[in-house]
Amino acid sequence: MSTPTRFSSMPYTGPAPTNRSPYIPKGVDAIDKRGEEIEAKIAAPYVTSVPGQDLPTFIVEREKIVEVLRKLKEDTELRFELPVDLFGVDYPRRPEGRFDVVYQLYSFKNNERVRLVVHTDEDKAVPSSLPVFQGFDWFEREAWDMYGIKFDGHYNLRRILTHEMFQGHALRKDYDPAQRWLLTEKDVAKIVPVVEHHPEDSDFEQVTLNLGPSHPATHGTLRIVVTLDGERIIGADTEIGYLHRCFEKMSETHTYQQVIPFTDRLNYCSAIINNVGYCMAVEKLLGIEAPPRAQYIRLVLSEFMRIADHLVCIATNVLDMGALTNFWYLFQPREEIYQLVEACCGARLLPTYTRVGGLSVDAPANFLDMAKTLVKKLPKHIDDAEKLLLRNRIFLQRVEGVGAITRESAINHGYTGPCLRATGVAYDVRKAHPYMGYETYDFDIPVAEGGDTLARTLVRLEEMRQSLRILRQAIDRGLPAGPVIVDDPYVALPPKEKVYNEMESLIYHFKLIMHGIQPPVGETYFQVEGGNGELGFHLVSDGSKNPYRVRVRPPCFAVYQAFRKMIVGQTIADAIATLGSLNIIAGELDR
Amino acid sequence: MSATLPVVASLFGSIPEPMVQWVVWPTIKFVIAFAIIMGIVAFTTLVERRVLGFMQARLGPNRVGPQGILQFVADPIKLLLKEDIVPAGAQKAAYFIAPMLPIIPAFLVFCLIPFGPPPTFAITDVNVGLLLILALTSTGVYGIILGGWASNNKFSLLGGLRSAAQMVSYEVPFGLSIVGVLMLSGSLSLVEIVHRQELGVWNVLPQLVGCFIFLVAMTAEVNRAPFDLPEAESELVAGFHTEYSGMKFAFFFLAEYASMLVNACLIVILFFGGWTLAIAGKGLTTETMQTMGWLGLSLGFLIFAAKVAFFMILYIWFRGTFPRYRFDQLMELGWKWMIPLALVNIVVTGIVILLVRNGGA
Repeated sequence: MSTPTRFSSMPYTGPAPTNRSPYIPKGVDAIDKRGEEIEAKIAAPYVTSVPGQDLPTFIVEREKIVEVLRKLKEDTELRFELPVDLFGVDYPRRPEGRFDVVYQLYSFKNNERVRLVVHTDEDKAVPSSLPVFQGFDWFEREAWDMYGIKFDGHYNLRRILTHEMFQGHALRKDYDPAQRWLLTEKDVAKIVPVVEHHPEDSDFEQVTLNLGPSHPATHGTLRIVVTLDGERIIGADTEIGYLHRCFEKMSETHTYQQVIPFTDRLNYCSAIINNVGYCMAVEKLLGIEAPPRAQYIRLVLSEFMRIADHLVCIATNVLDMGALTNFWYLFQPREEIYQLVEACCGARLLPTYTRVGGLSVDAPANFLDMAKTLVKKLPKHIDDAEKLLLRNRIFLQRVEGVGAITRESAINHGYTGPCLRATGVAYDVRKAHPYMGYETYDFDIPVAEGGDTLARTLVRLEEMRQSLRILRQAIDRGLPAGPVIVDDPYVALPPKEKVYNEMESLIYHFKLIMHGIQPPVGETYFQVEGGNGELGFHLVSDGSKNPYRVRVRPPCFAVYQAFRKMIVGQTIADAIATLGSLNIIAGELDR
Repeated sequence: MSATLPVVASLFGSIPEPMVQWVVWPTIKFVIAFAIIMGIVAFTTLVERRVLGFMQARLGPNRVGPQGILQFVADPIKLLLKEDIVPAGAQKAAYFIAPMLPIIPAFLVFCLIPFGPPPTFAITDVNVGLLLILALTSTGVYGIILGGWASNNKFSLLGGLRSAAQMVSYEVPFGLSIVGVLMLSGSLSLVEIVHRQELGVWNVLPQLVGCFIFLVAMTAEVNRAPFDLPEAESELVAGFHTEYSGMKFAFFFLAEYASMLVNACLIVILFFGGWTLAIAGKGLTTETMQTMGWLGLSLGFLIFAAKVAFFMILYIWFRGTFPRYRFDQLMELGWKWMIPLALVNIVVTGIVILLVRNGGA
């Protein structure tokens, strides 16, 4: 029997709906103060700070953006080195230009973020930020593809998520989504990788080989075009967008609650983490917090999902190297993790378990026992897998030094998650910006040196153990009592028996179904540590029931853009091994 | 043999005796052996899937017949009924011939292999049997190269090229590893090699290094994991047989499994005493088996089958254990380790033989 959720027979007496009132983030004074400090440091007339935001935010003049980015990156006290996100927002008929280009940077040194906004228009090009941050390469292409924002000086500004025959820019508010664009085989872009260095003394002709989008090693829909000299790759290019599902466009026509199922399909190997990330972003915008019991269940399932994600990554990676048995050995525990998820909400791969303000249903009575059994079983599976891999010389030969990326390059490309930690940077959102009470748990951030495929595998293996450590502590603390969803009828649906028997609840139910959650006007960004790195949601609300803009910051997107550089000079087999170890999930990459 | 089966032999009464001995009997034996081998090869695919399933904590095919035992019948039926697709840009003639090329030598070799105590279980006893086997098995690569090239597919071509380089490279240690055995037994006849072992010890003891090289080389020779680069699924889709479907694909498949069986038989004969279980002439020697009549001969065959089965399972075990080599690593292993090691083995064997002979003299 689940704990009965809220809604007494008394009418709700909390604050009135916040509809169309501005969003005031928590700790806004401190953020504004920090914003002024940074502004003073940059000391430029073309940077204006915007108070009242959840991150220090500045409006930068269009022509000066590269200069500001460089200053922020190279200032010895600021060191905003990690390019987190770049995206557009469309405000048609706005006098200062219809588009916002939003940049977000992170500083390892001060553990802080900064947001830069550039106003631009259809005919005004923004200088490309590639000379400073190579990690904005694909992000700029995406902004061009979705909004038609031009970037001056980008070497390859062509469509990335939609196809060549697509007309218009899909995320513009005046784009008619009913249009259909046909792509036939003859119109598919012919990609010829740039060969920077072809050895003169080579005995072979250059051969261009197309791997994917249907290829056994791409686990979905990635296309890699390589130019070969014998077996060696001398030039490579990647093409994505085959699994583009218009996540961001669809979100704008659905209510906040209806977006949750879409988030399942981002990184479908660890769907609950996506659910949690999105719901917590909306909760941040609403200024509410899920009850402790909901937070606890979210945390436990998130950690199990992280383990499942890493298991799948390692399993498929070694499968690509021809080690069949490890794959099945690692899928067994994943299966058991999904049984726990199934016991909670009835679904397995795409659970849609969380709701804004809590969870859809309470966890079953034996939730803790199931978790306990699982935590006892998992170490053996992980140890077995580790022994099968790390004591195997063939495996070690295949991964050592393969697909390596330097620390500087990884940071410059916007790497986060295990791929960044494999280069020795101890950055984890759970430590840097703790949420759901991660700060109260004792765990380490595993790092490895070298940034190669072996390092990534080692980091993932150790991260699973750290997740188990968190889970053990969580199980020792026990499941907090109480409801699993907030006591706010403007956010959460009343229980069915109340809806059937009480006028108040029926009205709340009707209002919420018909008019949805209506958060205050404003924008916010919230990040969680996903299976592949920092998964962020940037929400822009105009106070209506539909989000004005939902931006996902997909960790894969940043990671995969460096792939074509990582594999040049290596063999096809290395490229496949590298691809597997990066854990590229097309659902998240293409959205 | 006419003494063992007088009734059957009398049917050939009108045919001259040499004809019966050299043509009729071998043909009958070969047809029987071919049918049995076909069955074994098909059955091996089922065994492989079940054993791999067992190793990988899953079930494997268990729906057709009790415990899925009829799966090996269902598979060929399915393949025979499949549409036979020829890619538009393929070299038609070569594309058709390619699947036949590996399967013919693979089955022809079985003529030369004694499955049990001679003469009943040996189809022929050619005095250069081993040489002939080596010659026949190495022709199998032509079909793969041709198939890879004729398909007009880059993946197939790469698979074919890999396979050519791999087979040529591993042919050398494969042949060199046998030389030690030949020096010990002084004969190229497989029956004779087994006979030497039952009088002394199994060759695996004096030729441990040779046996190890042979084991590795024979795995590489038939493109099995961890040397399955020509068909590396995750890299080259399916390598040389990417474009092959239906029974043409099955021919490649059968050839691979037949070659596996040939190599397993060879290693048993060369290094593990063939059908005998004897040391220094004591135990179950060929002679004892022959004196025991049909019972003894069947026993010899069963011993041989058990040993071969062990090596067939070993192949599957390899596949369940090892990741795949990378191509340059494979070449390095072949040329930098296996070939020098095999040469050293020959030299050491020669010196030891000389010393023993001189010491004995």
